Amino acid sequence: MPPLLPATQRLPAVAAQDHDKITQVAARVDFTAMTASVIADLSEVARSATALRAFLHGLPGVDQVGAEQRAAMLATRSIKTTAKAYAIDLAIRMVDLTTLEGADTAGKVRALCAKAQRPDPADPSCPAVAAVCVYPAMVPTAVSALHGSGVHVASVATAFPSGQATLDVKIADTRAAVAAGADEIDMVINRGAFLSGHYLQVYEEIRAVRAACGAAHLKVILETGELATYDNVRRASWLAMLAGADFIKTSTGKVQPAATMPVTLVMLEAVRDFRDTTGRQVGVKPAGGIRTTKDAVRYLVLVNETAGEDWLDPHWFRFGASTLLNDLLMQRTKLTTGYYAGPDYFTVD
Amino acid sequence: MPGFDYAPAPESRSIVDIKPSYGLFVSGEFVDPVDGTAFKTISPATEEVLAEVATAGPSDVDRAVQAARSAYASVWGTMSGRDRAKYLYRIARIVQERARELAVLESLDNGKPIRESRDVDVPLVAAHFFYYAGWADKLAHAGFGPAPQPIGVAGQVIPWNFPLLMLAWKIAPALACGNTVVLKPAETTPLTALVFAEICQQADLPPGVVNIVTGAGETGAALVNHPAIDKVAFTGSTEVGRLIAKAVAGTRKRVTLELGGKAANIVFEDAPIDQAVEGIVNGIFFNQGHVCCAGSRLLVQESVADQVLESLKRRMTQLRVGDPLDKNTDIGAINSAEQLDRIRRLSEIGSSEGAERWSAPCELPDRGFWFAPTIFTGVTQAHRIAREEIFGPVLSVLTFRTPAEAVEKANNTPYGLSAGVWTEKGSRILAMADRLRAGVVWANTFNKFDPSSPFGGYKESGYGREGGRHGLEAYLAY
Repeated sequence: MPPLLPATQRLPAVAAQDHDKITQVAARVDFTAMTASVIADLSEVARSATALRAFLHGLPGVDQVGAEQRAAMLATRSIKTTAKAYAIDLAIRMVDLTTLEGADTAGKVRALCAKAQRPDPADPSCPAVAAVCVYPAMVPTAVSALHGSGVHVASVATAFPSGQATLDVKIADTRAAVAAGADEIDMVINRGAFLSGHYLQVYEEIRAVRAACGAAHLKVILETGELATYDNVRRASWLAMLAGADFIKTSTGKVQPAATMPVTLVMLEAVRDFRDTTGRQVGVKPAGGIRTTKDAVRYLVLVNETAGEDWLDPHWFRFGASTLLNDLLMQRTKLTTGYYAGPDYFTVD
Repeated sequence: MPGFDYAPAPESRSIVDIKPSYGLFVSGEFVDPVDGTAFKTISPATEEVLAEVATAGPSDVDRAVQAARSAYASVWGTMSGRDRAKYLYRIARIVQERARELAVLESLDNGKPIRESRDVDVPLVAAHFFYYAGWADKLAHAGFGPAPQPIGVAGQVIPWNFPLLMLAWKIAPALACGNTVVLKPAETTPLTALVFAEICQQADLPPGVVNIVTGAGETGAALVNHPAIDKVAFTGSTEVGRLIAKAVAGTRKRVTLELGGKAANIVFEDAPIDQAVEGIVNGIFFNQGHVCCAGSRLLVQESVADQVLESLKRRMTQLRVGDPLDKNTDIGAINSAEQLDRIRRLSEIGSSEGAERWSAPCELPDRGFWFAPTIFTGVTQAHRIAREEIFGPVLSVLTFRTPAEAVEKANNTPYGLSAGVWTEKGSRILAMADRLRAGVVWANTFNKFDPSSPFGGYKESGYGREGGRHGLEAYLAY
């Protein structure tokens, strides 16, 4: 797919010199691993508030009806037998097992970590989840409980869930979590700044948190329920990717609606187009409201038919969920044994 | 690690009980043809014979028309609108109750994917009967005078692309207005019409109100030329439409024709590209492109042509072609060997005239009639594939530079059934819709149908409107 840059070049809001810069950078790198021959370096689009705004507003729009129709059509895919078994195991490996409550304690987090490593104690063939996601204060507990297991520790940071703190506090929050051993940081964007059109401010905050992350992976939560339109979701996705996000994530789980199929569709289109344009692959994490195996399988179908199979890997797609895991386990047992086991056969978190 | 291969998810055939042979539906009963023979209807996906169906000869058609005439005179034409509505509502409900059976049968006989027959065709059939049931007792308020009257007996001939849906488009308004009908389904897809006959029995519809005569072109000609019918309604090719118009010229019969199309699907540079690509796919590959209003000419603005085509090709590689009964199939079988020949012939002409052909890589089954989703780029107005209706999964891609050029190219066709406009600019949508000579103009969507929305053509795409309040006019004298 050709770079999306021409969309920006059409915009009268971009000054003439910006045109030239964007065009110049567009043909710099030859990325032979892909069919696209021209990979763009987009670092220049954030050189000024005007250029960034022009770029984001130059992205193709999203038709709400069409996006929702596509998501609804993909939800009708019928995934059975071997395909279902594959999808369930993949979904388990993609779970970020999450607890983000005021009432979280070390005991609760340790219980969750034990479950993350052995989701189904009765079946050693059941894979472990991808990560355990907790508040920064619980990171040391999770790190020691998960030591050597391969299950990552993810921590929310940057004044989760509202993000309404000063930048210093957000950076300190991030540094503390990383210092305590978090492998992944789930930050929230400044929705207030985004909705008032201060894209550069949002961008710079993400850059700053990115820098504070060091080697830790950065997931950027867009809180799509507050962005309201799919156009905004697409812009926020690109903004986060331009600023260096390793993952873009739909929601905190504290705002309704949380993850939806059409929102995730738009984000998957964004990561697909971003890789085609820049050569860099970014992951996607829907979070909140995904409770059943049926839901999870629908999301995997969405990934498969939108971004493609390159994203069907815990490295590139995650589910932020707490109750999903037990339903996946229940369905997994049903597939192997042929009958449904009662809820007492699956561990409470 | 194996990829995410969707395991087969076939809809069960067992819900359908196909009889080995079917007679004609005349006066509320299945009868053997007097002088006719039988023909076989096959599943285009496997070439398996599904059933034998009677061929109605002239005397069978005559018998059906007489049955319709007497039902019109004695019961249906004099019945109150309120009572007619009860029957139509009952039919609509039975269609819903038997939806799964009808969907499976439609996919078997026609070759269309079960997802479409289940989610589009059959729900729309029920919706059409519900919609026109609502009109039956309100005809005095439809804008056709204070006391519009039925016309009499309608002879209706329908195509094979949406067998049951076209039946509903024809029968629902005719019955709502107090007419009786003799309907001839297409010879390759008669089965759902025959199950509809059973539904009429189940609904206790008075005998003779709906009569169904099966057969090929001769049966249709006998019906259209029968002196005792008052109204001809035809959906099908422009070629046959011309013959019908000639045949009824100078008679008292009223005619509506819904014929071919070569719709332009116009994508502007400010379109929502991902949804436009979905719309292009839906426009031409829905129902294997066997759609008279299919968006078979893509007109894309040159400034985004490369981007749109790349996205379109990527999307086309996702299309799942195969078993129509598999719930994950996107594109089913071509309806007949004859139609497959036509698609192949026109595609070869496209290549020989210099257009560049590209097909999505897909494995096609060994048996049955199949054609991979195909696009031609580098097409101009001078290419035959840009002018003639292919009626298959073949898209011709043309480009334009300005809105005026888009309108000019879109209208430069003998047809005028539908068009699509993709742009985020509302004012442009309205301006384009004003200037496009097409019966339906879809904005940021395509192939969207609703019983309340009139449908019909300009120019050689026919005349008369079906659906909506407008659809009543063809069946009322006022």
